[in-house]
Amino acid sequence: MTNRVLICEPSEIISLGLTEIIQSHPKFDVVARMDTPEHLNEKIISSDANILVINPLLLGHPDRGGISQLQKEHPQLTIIALVTLLTDASWLKGYHGVFEINDSRLTITDKLNEIVQNHGKQEKGNEDVELSKREIDVLVAVAKGMMNKEIAEQMHLSIHTVITHRKNIARKTGIKSVAGLTVYAMIKGLMER
Amino acid sequence: MKKQNLLTGKAKLAELLADNHRLLQLLPRFGIGLGFGDRSIEEVCRLNGVSHELFLIICHVYADNDFRPSQADLQRIDMSGLLPFLKASHQYYLDERFPHIEEHLQRIIEACGPQYGPMLRHFYDDYKQEVMRHIQYYEEVVVFPYIEALRQGEKSNGYHINEFRHNHTNIQDVLEDMMNILLKYLPGDILPKERIEISLDIMELSADLSFHSRIEDYVLIPYVENLESSLP
Repeated sequence: MTNRVLICEPSEIISLGLTEIIQSHPKFDVVARMDTPEHLNEKIISSDANILVINPLLLGHPDRGGISQLQKEHPQLTIIALVTLLTDASWLKGYHGVFEINDSRLTITDKLNEIVQNHGKQEKGNEDVELSKREIDVLVAVAKGMMNKEIAEQMHLSIHTVITHRKNIARKTGIKSVAGLTVYAMIKGLMER
Repeated sequence: MKKQNLLTGKAKLAELLADNHRLLQLLPRFGIGLGFGDRSIEEVCRLNGVSHELFLIICHVYADNDFRPSQADLQRIDMSGLLPFLKASHQYYLDERFPHIEEHLQRIIEACGPQYGPMLRHFYDDYKQEVMRHIQYYEEVVVFPYIEALRQGEKSNGYHINEFRHNHTNIQDVLEDMMNILLKYLPGDILPKERIEISLDIMELSADLSFHSRIEDYVLIPYVENLESSLP
């Protein structure tokens, strides 16, 4: 599967250069670039990125909670710090990996491969596979053919939360399509409720 | 696979196939018949009217997930055989792979009875319809005619090959869903042997489809993008 990379970095020179390097690797695709972290959450969801490369200065010092908040909201996302200035190590806490401004093309692609593999492994280890009560409700609504917006309104959730539930459902069941989820819900006897 | 065999047409076709027997599936799609004896790749291709360079590039993409041909190669090589190859691949999925899977599925559906049978049938029918729509409408009615016109030097307005990119992921997602349903979620006592057989078929088809999308993404689209930019 191709990895989908989102880059968040104010310098266009740096961000375009990095895009060029990442694109040259067939397993990685840069799906979006941003110069500020404004609307970062929305962008992560809409671009369906699984890797975020971000200048750590944009998220603020890790002690202020920016990075851990981001991880909580996107547990599947691999987050890599893009260090362009001399930066104290305490700023890099919580990131899955670090790119430095003087890394060579080869170093960057090697690091990408390694970071993604390691992060993937950790995720698999502590994965929980049971659907929560809330996720089952969303699953049944999806199986009935409801759109995200309708589900959000009916369950008094934000669209953002509905999408997160749907991502978790797909990860836990291994089923992505609406048609497949409908069959799953019927086999599990969830539709009679 | 020995890399040299993929880089030169001087090697024997039989050796290339011995290194990677899955390449056998590609012969009929290029219209290359059996009985090629000890002829070289170049010679067999010439006898069958196929560019051996195109044949080798496609074999290379098939055998190596990470291989992307260079733009320079794509511009140099005679690409007239590419669309016929893709069409023959589509035909192969529709005429051979799907009927084969359906045969197994039909027995599973019957064994499932009224509780799960109809919904499985419905799931599969919807899926197949989507595949047919993708292949017949999108590729045969819109995309391929557009490319043929480009090759004749005509540029039609309003369409770009880029719209075609990332259009095939859903087809593979649903196949994966189907396999998960068959292996993980249907009750274990319903035709387990048949379900293993069909899953192996689905894996084979899924691998072939992902190769097919790599040909579209790494060979067809870059080639057409170049055609687009070379016309005024």
